[in-house]
Amino acid sequence: MPLELDIALSHLLRRRRQTAISVLGVALGVGFFIGIASMMQGFQRYFIEKVIDVQPHIIVKDEFRAPALQPALLAYGEGAVEVFGLKPRDEVRGIRGGRAILASLREMPGLRVAPTHTAQALLRYGVKDVSVTVNGIEPALERRVTNLEKALIRGALDDLYTAGNGVILGIGVAQKAGVTVGDTLSVISPQGVVLKMKVVGIFSSGIVSMDNFEAYVLLKKAQILHNQPNVINRIRIRLDDIEQAETFARRLESRFGYRTESWQEASRNVLGIFVIQNGIMYSTVGAILIVACFGIFNVISTVVFEKARDIAILKSMGFAEADIRRVFIIEGLIAGLVGSVFGWLLGYAIVEFLASLRFPIEGFVRGEGFFLYRTSWHYAIGAAVATASAVFAAWLPARRAARLNPVDIVRGL
Amino acid sequence: MTETLALEARALTRVLPGPVPVTLVENATFAVRRGEMVAVTGPSGSGKSSLLYLLGLLDAPSAGQIWIEGSDVGGLSSDAQARLRLGRLGFVFQFHFLLEEFDVLANVMLPMRKLGRHRPAEMRARAEAILADFGLADQMRKYPGQLSGGQRQRVAVARALANDPAIVLADEPTGNLDSQNAHAMFDIFTRLAHEQNRALVVVTHEHDLAALADRRLQMSDGRVATT
Repeated sequence: MPLELDIALSHLLRRRRQTAISVLGVALGVGFFIGIASMMQGFQRYFIEKVIDVQPHIIVKDEFRAPALQPALLAYGEGAVEVFGLKPRDEVRGIRGGRAILASLREMPGLRVAPTHTAQALLRYGVKDVSVTVNGIEPALERRVTNLEKALIRGALDDLYTAGNGVILGIGVAQKAGVTVGDTLSVISPQGVVLKMKVVGIFSSGIVSMDNFEAYVLLKKAQILHNQPNVINRIRIRLDDIEQAETFARRLESRFGYRTESWQEASRNVLGIFVIQNGIMYSTVGAILIVACFGIFNVISTVVFEKARDIAILKSMGFAEADIRRVFIIEGLIAGLVGSVFGWLLGYAIVEFLASLRFPIEGFVRGEGFFLYRTSWHYAIGAAVATASAVFAAWLPARRAARLNPVDIVRGL
Repeated sequence: MTETLALEARALTRVLPGPVPVTLVENATFAVRRGEMVAVTGPSGSGKSSLLYLLGLLDAPSAGQIWIEGSDVGGLSSDAQARLRLGRLGFVFQFHFLLEEFDVLANVMLPMRKLGRHRPAEMRARAEAILADFGLADQMRKYPGQLSGGQRQRVAVARALANDPAIVLADEPTGNLDSQNAHAMFDIFTRLAHEQNRALVVVTHEHDLAALADRRLQMSDGRVATT
């Protein structure tokens, strides 16, 4: 065994209880990091996976991000121009030249597109009124841009073709309205059109906002329902590479002018919460680790104080400053490493315990218990951060020990 | 004479800086050969220990030079000085300074392990030989806390000899010992000088020990007077 390690171990074993407590601190930090990270990342990954699975990656909408500039502003852009009393014009809704845009999108590699008509409507069944977003789709094209078909728990996508007036509902919608497959209900649009439609399918995507508020019908039926024949107001796009969604959406928007949302933008509120969640997780774990570091600092400072005579004799014997420093940094390293190993066991136990819990949750997503993401990365990061912190905590007393002047100590006796 | 001097002090001065500078050692010049035991005596506060710490490179002189085995060590880095302490110098203090967590054998082997010149089996054999020589053959597996004061101090001397140093520096080595143990210690020191051909500098106020020395340096107020 290397001499410095030997001496370091003798110090730690002498202060067994204090050492055990600081090791426990590190273990708690690492363990809770693994547990919390698994829970948070599990949930986040599940959500994103669901979102990019059942929703299109990019939606082109029949809206503009900013109103068109007034002629006066165009002419005197640099001047102090302000226009009062503006009223927005009632535009004909829908994407103008939608067919042409679709055609040019189809030319592009790495993506698939589908036209959609999306608008609000009311479902009426008996005394129940449920407000929904009705998506008019072409099933043959839709299955290329979303995995709605996979989310169907009753019926099939093609049943929209075979039934006269078929509608597929989210499971939350169906429950609120109290309908099931085979029931016929009234669909009422803001334009006053009423269609009798038969429920041919129910989907459960796991994303609460979809399951509780969306319905799917044939594109043609949606156009009739909203009295907008041949109009499409959404172009849904699926990419081969989802990471490209944001940049690609920006490119489409600057080319066609219509507001184009990537899945990141559409889910911005949730993704923003994830950032806060991660912040809370890292601060919590950071706080635990800081406490653990104080423990390590404390035990090593005590040893340095207590072992001043040993340090003096080691120096007079021929130990250089770096050798003395190494002894105490090794002590921090040992506390960090041993703590990390116990932290791994604790973290594993926490994750498995959380995995064993079963309870219904309904937030952004629906599920039975926690979504856990198990990866060796959590173990590696936890141990690396804990060990680095432990070495840092040891470094200050180690430096003090290295600088002790043996003459001061020998004289003091 | 072409023999290299083991230890040489040239106009060695140590002043503690401060509002009122305190002179610990002033203009000390002397030399010690191998095989020679030199006693440094003088009243307490006369600078005996300070002189020893300077010679042992534990403290840096304010002026003057220290030559060890023919070379000036003043310009050496602190690491190089540490290396020199490890291989060429041995220290014995008034207090034994043994590491309590290590047994006697491990304490004696510490400097050898640090130097790393020998294989573990050789270190062990050497440590056992030194301890046996000091009559500690049956104490090797004990811990310092289990030994008597005299035994502990002999272990401390054994440790100082671990790397076969040319120079042994002792600071009141018998200060904590009764007269019987102190005499045993005197015998050991004379053997180190005369039989093992080492240079010894012993700071003491014991007249018996000083009388055994080949030479005496009498110190008062930081100045050295040879007798």
